[in-house]
Amino acid sequence: MANVISLDSILGVGELKAAAEAPPAAASGCASSSCGSSDGPADMAPEVWEKVKNHPCYSEEAHHYFARMHVAVAPACNIQCNYCNRKYDCSNESRPGVVSEKLTPDQALRKIMAVAKEIPQLSVIGIAGPGDSLAAGGRNTFKTFEMLAKKAPDLKLCLSTNGLALPDHVDTIANYNIDHVTITINMVDPEVGQHIYPWIFHDHKRWTGLDAAKILHERQMLGLEMLTSRGILVKVNSVMIPGINDEHLMDVNKAVKSRGAFLHNIMPLISDPAHGTHFGLTGQRGPTAQELKVLQDQCEGGAKLMRHCRQCRADAVGLLGEDRGSEFTIDRIDAMGEVEYDQEAARTYREHVEGERAGRHAAKAAAQADVAGTVGTDVQPILIAVATKGGERINEHFGHAKEFQIYEVGPKGAKFVGHRRVDQYCEGGSGDEDALGGVLSAINDCTAVFVAKIGGCPSQNLKDAGIEPVDRFAFEYIEESALTYFKDYAERLGQGAINAREGQDAVIRTGAFTALRA
Amino acid sequence: MAYKIKASDCTACGACEAECPNNAISFKKGAYAINADLCTECKGQFSSPQCASVCPADCCVPA
Repeated sequence: MANVISLDSILGVGELKAAAEAPPAAASGCASSSCGSSDGPADMAPEVWEKVKNHPCYSEEAHHYFARMHVAVAPACNIQCNYCNRKYDCSNESRPGVVSEKLTPDQALRKIMAVAKEIPQLSVIGIAGPGDSLAAGGRNTFKTFEMLAKKAPDLKLCLSTNGLALPDHVDTIANYNIDHVTITINMVDPEVGQHIYPWIFHDHKRWTGLDAAKILHERQMLGLEMLTSRGILVKVNSVMIPGINDEHLMDVNKAVKSRGAFLHNIMPLISDPAHGTHFGLTGQRGPTAQELKVLQDQCEGGAKLMRHCRQCRADAVGLLGEDRGSEFTIDRIDAMGEVEYDQEAARTYREHVEGERAGRHAAKAAAQADVAGTVGTDVQPILIAVATKGGERINEHFGHAKEFQIYEVGPKGAKFVGHRRVDQYCEGGSGDEDALGGVLSAINDCTAVFVAKIGGCPSQNLKDAGIEPVDRFAFEYIEESALTYFKDYAERLGQGAINAREGQDAVIRTGAFTALRA
Repeated sequence: MAYKIKASDCTACGACEAECPNNAISFKKGAYAINADLCTECKGQFSSPQCASVCPADCCVPA
């Protein structure tokens, strides 16, 4: 039972006994968070659910339970984006300013074996650069996948690309059983694209301006159609650049949906002069938290939206929201010697999550039905910030949180709508007032913050800022707690005991991610 | 006539090596380098030197 004990310590108190306590199944249909990328079997084809249920980047639910790993074997790129400066890491799809190790396919394989041994939640191996996974003929990418498929056939393979070279590689992708591909598509109109891409390299030539954007657009659409016609799941990433493609992304959403994209992930532009990117140097700003959310909400009803993306580095390791890459540097892996692939811990973990799942869906539906039956539909939804370490539970101390997950809860249910990265407020036992200010601005649009524990001082500061600190749901499930809180909130609102918190916005923190695992 | 790579600007991404039609580019001491004996500047092969066209750091230049 050693595995079970260690899993318990990973997931937090009470995690392993939860499935047995599940209440009977309640109302069916589109309950709780099952709208959007968190869909369960109720509204997703079974074969699609099988593909995504353990993939943290393709399923909102899975991202609470499963870890991914990116191996940086593809440093070459074939286009230039105005938000990227390749003298450092790509500043959008990998976090900027932190040196990464480029790996050979052999080194990547050894690193994957070492990580799989330490992290049983690992379910996905992705190649996302740091350049483009299909540039330079995709040689390192496919070499890595070829070796990995032989050594660890239970790990899912996925890759991320700008799409320019994609049509040339679709057959190879299908042959390697890569059934998740992400394409970054920022425009479907070259007039817009010319402001995002200064040049591309295609057919032995550097193209610029409208020509470049037109070729890129045509290749992206062709690649997307070729993949979806083969049944390969495609996620589309878009970088939201205010004033350039923000409203246009609604057209992108429609265009990719009509071509069969499974999921659309709209990410905020990361822009800072220190990154040396074109947008950073010209002062192009990124969106605020509410601007991003409004756009995402406007796209609801089109291609499904992903809101749990952490814009992770091309060498990230761990659950989304954490990066354990520094524990697995090449020096350390070399020191480990030969590591054998052991599927046992991962299989035990996957069985545990599978057992948990059935109970979770029923419990969420029951809590949802309770709120629907007691709270009037005229009560406006609220946002709640949650400190969590994973497992869909409120199991993190306020001061130790590296990010807060944001849930929207209203008469129609509770759903995950985003996350906010913060500097840790509490390091080494004492709170840092500057960091607390950062936390407050990151969750300023929230009515409450759910934590496992919180100190008296920050608790008072939150109340002064109009955000209610809530620790009475410590170690409970997030969505059920949010619904219970909302029921109580609606009652207090009706009695005039509290006022609704409206018209607030929050700041998206975009600096380099430096917080280490606690 | 040949091209060279300014090592101080090279990000070691390897895009040039993959595009060179003459196998003139290899990785040496933390950066890529062009073997001048093999480099043709892509004359008669392509409309522009392939390394310079693909390089994200614009560090492939006439020697």
